[in-house]
Amino acid sequence: MTITFNSKIPAGAIGDKWATYKEDAKLVAPGNKRKFKVIVVGTGLAGASAAATMAELGYQVDVFTFHDSPRRAHSIAAQGGINAAKNYQGDGDSVHRLFYDTIKGGDFRSRESNVHRLAEVSVNIIDQMVAQGVPFAREYGGLLDNRSFGGAQVSRTFYARGQTGQQLLLGAYQQLARQIGLGNVRMFNRTELVDVVTVDDRCAGIVTRDLVNGEVVSHAAHAVVMATGGYGNVFYLSTNAMACNVTAAWRAHRKGAAFANPCYTQIHPTCIPQSDPTQSKLTLMSESLRNDGRVWVPMNPDESRSADQVPEAERDYILERLYPSYGNLAPRDVSSRAAKRAVDAGLGVGPLKNGVYLDFSDAVNRLGKDVVEERYGNLFQMYERIAGENPYDVPMRIYPATHYTMGGLWVDYELMTNIPGLYAAGEANFSDHGANRLGASALMQGLADGYFVLPYTIGNYLAPMLNKPIPGTDHPAFKEAELAATARYQGYVDIKGSRSPDYFHREVGRIIWDYCGMERTQQGLEKALSELPALYEEFQKDLRVTGNAESMNQTLEKAGRVDDFFQLGMLMCRDALEREESCGGHFRAEYQTDEGEALRDDEKFAHVAAWEWTGDPTKSIRHSEELNFEAIHLATRSYK
Amino acid sequence: MSNHLKNLKLKIWRQSGPTDTGHFENYVMDEISDEASFLEMLDVLNEGLIGENKLPVVFDHDCREGICGTCSLMINGQAHGPERSTTTCQLHMRKFKSGDEIVIEPWRASAFPIIKDLMVDRSAFDRIIESGGYITAPTGGAPDANLIPIPKTVADAAMDASQCIGCGACVAACPNGAANLFTGAKIAHLNLLPQGQAERFKRTEAMVETMDEYFGSCTNHGECEAACPKEISIDVIALMNKDYRKSKLKNRKEISRT
Ligand SMILES: Cc1cc2nc3c(=O)[nH]c(=O)nc-3n(C[C@H](O)[C@H](O)[C@H](O)COP(=O)(O)OP(=O)(O)OC[C@H]3O[C@@H](n4cnc5c(N)ncnc54)[C@H](O)[C@@H]3O)c2cc1C
Ligand code: SF4
Ligand code: FES
Repeated sequence: MTITFNSKIPAGAIGDKWATYKEDAKLVAPGNKRKFKVIVVGTGLAGASAAATMAELGYQVDVFTFHDSPRRAHSIAAQGGINAAKNYQGDGDSVHRLFYDTIKGGDFRSRESNVHRLAEVSVNIIDQMVAQGVPFAREYGGLLDNRSFGGAQVSRTFYARGQTGQQLLLGAYQQLARQIGLGNVRMFNRTELVDVVTVDDRCAGIVTRDLVNGEVVSHAAHAVVMATGGYGNVFYLSTNAMACNVTAAWRAHRKGAAFANPCYTQIHPTCIPQSDPTQSKLTLMSESLRNDGRVWVPMNPDESRSADQVPEAERDYILERLYPSYGNLAPRDVSSRAAKRAVDAGLGVGPLKNGVYLDFSDAVNRLGKDVVEERYGNLFQMYERIAGENPYDVPMRIYPATHYTMGGLWVDYELMTNIPGLYAAGEANFSDHGANRLGASALMQGLADGYFVLPYTIGNYLAPMLNKPIPGTDHPAFKEAELAATARYQGYVDIKGSRSPDYFHREVGRIIWDYCGMERTQQGLEKALSELPALYEEFQKDLRVTGNAESMNQTLEKAGRVDDFFQLGMLMCRDALEREESCGGHFRAEYQTDEGEALRDDEKFAHVAAWEWTGDPTKSIRHSEELNFEAIHLATRSYK
Repeated sequence: MSNHLKNLKLKIWRQSGPTDTGHFENYVMDEISDEASFLEMLDVLNEGLIGENKLPVVFDHDCREGICGTCSLMINGQAHGPERSTTTCQLHMRKFKSGDEIVIEPWRASAFPIIKDLMVDRSAFDRIIESGGYITAPTGGAPDANLIPIPKTVADAAMDASQCIGCGACVAACPNGAANLFTGAKIAHLNLLPQGQAERFKRTEAMVETMDEYFGSCTNHGECEAACPKEISIDVIALMNKDYRKSKLKNRKEISRT
């Protein structure tokens, strides 16, 4: 299939595009909707909201998740909040301001038209979620409360304690459950998408594997939505849930869907550092802690005294020294890099010397323990449970970790990939956050895509297909994909080598983190691109999966996911190598200002890199979609 | 700082599938860091088993942050183990001592059939939600979110109830295998809110009766509350019972009126 990139941006002024699109979109009459089958893969905010809305409209919807229940999707773990341009605080927020902040936060690497639509529908999301019973935080007068988040000068973040993602996901899950109960949705739990099928250059359906009994089955549909989340687990250690993986998006990529900007990954500065080699994941601590905590490391790399015994004169408050105007509240990427440089220089703290202190002793002295407890009590408890230390007595130790991926399947204005009939929503697409996502904007995007965008754009695609037959699962393309999937999983079992999938996952993760993590260089990326294929070859020869492919086998599930992480990892490094500039989360050491800030190259790189699969993950073809900034002028991203 | 526990004796339930009778198997964990979480300890065990060409122990888990509700496990007879208000994934090995014997079993309840080893099928919970655990609010028609002010105390009480993670510990801890805490939590969340009033009694009746189809009945042992990692209060059950009684009256009246 030859790739054509038509972003299908509607004509007109930026503020009119979405309204114009909706007016012009083709419609499917209510009575005809049930003649269409739509598949939704994923039940996070994006998938659950899309599936519930389309089922409500009357489409036949089949929904898939590898989890044991749709309520477990990783969206459940989001803590901080969700943005919306409601301007309930009367502090000057507006759709335009949210649009502007998102474009700027993304370092001018996202598509204006999509971002504007996101800002427009953000207000509907809050109405919708409140109507469903999401218990957002309220003021004493009974109105909704807001907080502010990084990268914004207004308070536009809605929240439900420290569990905003949980409450939003339960809201969307309950709408989905209602449709399941009514018989409008068929729900397939513990079922993993293992391939995407195209017939005549159109997406014809998917192939799944039942995780309980290993059965490989085809499903045909008029349209397929991938709402399968991000790929942060390519790093092995990240704040993502253990099962998050790239398989669904990657299998679509291998069938012709372009993968956009894979090197745009986001590192969060305040996570609890790894404590021992068996560690399986990292836990995020809310960024709000940096309001009162001071980041420091001892000046002496051989410091052996406990933190409180190190005199002031022998401490380096790195952020306060390097960024006097921002201090401990320097932006996410900048703070992360400062911590990494300190640890790389041997100044790290803790038993593994892999963190920096986040010290609250000044805050306790200044404000009193009670105030600190009121502000951060929950977080301190969580820290103590994990790290086994009491942050009132000993400073917290923190270190950056991967937690979001801006890259993903390339989609046009309609959220359709370059394969007609195949859509991508939520973190799985690349669409709205450019090279860096603002806090509290992922939840907003997932729900915008699922509730307010896809239901319109999919209708526009389906309308002309009314009463036209589509290929069924007896089509040879399905049979071929089933055989290939069965052979793939049996293949892992048959290698009978000596190393577990986890071993290889750790090794790929280490390479990607070292060379394609917080700071990238040409030399490092080239090194990764020579090490990864060698390790991949070892994986293909020396993998060990015990048990069989015909029963519940978690080692086998993992093997398939790690295989796809290898291939994605190679593409990430290629993408990072070819993007010879620094922007947002992509920091190339060669391209920085004298102050160590990211240095963009708008002449050469004001575009989306969309990669085409060729069969060899080191030889993918790079295409580009130019980004035009009409409503907002390209400017240096500065928060000074 | 990091210490190592030595010589842990693990007694783990192994069951190859739903129809297998299952049995305990003994393992010795020579050494494990006390920084490791309980599930990381099982990860280490499993890598060792793969190394010996054996089948690793199957268990459910995902977020490992105490929020997704996927992890389970009866640890020494306690749902989610010995630490209060803590899910299994947030339990750390520093709560144990060298030489300890640790018995690990799946949730045991007739409504949660075992799939394999420590993994059970909790989809009966989804059936309860599908029967009424929602507010009907089709996309697009919602009024402005600040149109109905909700007193902070009401919003907070709804939030307390809606923190349930759907883990099933309450059912596993209950001698009768009842799901009243789980069901009551969802009913309380929705029935407390002004938006939830229209469907209040219809919801309660449907959810309680679906619950009764799958789960045992509550005889007020209170074990559920003690086991709940999210500290859901047993008061939600009282609210559910009250609304259920009323629903019998209200729903009947409505029917006779039509
Ligand atoms: C710790 C943490 C905190 C965060 N906090 C915030 C915050 O405060 N605010 C904010 O805006 N964002 C936050 N984010 C980001 C945000 O949570 C996610 O980006 C967002 O929830 C993703 O939603 P989603 O619907 O795209 O995907 P997910 O919720 O990840 O759902 C993916 C779904 O796809 C399914 N799936 C995937 N692959 C397959 C397959 N092959 N077959 C079948 N099913 C499959 C999964 O089972 C799951 O149901 C946070 C992220 C992390 C990690
Ligand atoms: S009520 Fe508590 S124990 Fe029961 S499912 Fe909910 S969180 Fe788990
Ligand atoms: S794994 Fe998510 S709650 Fe334990």
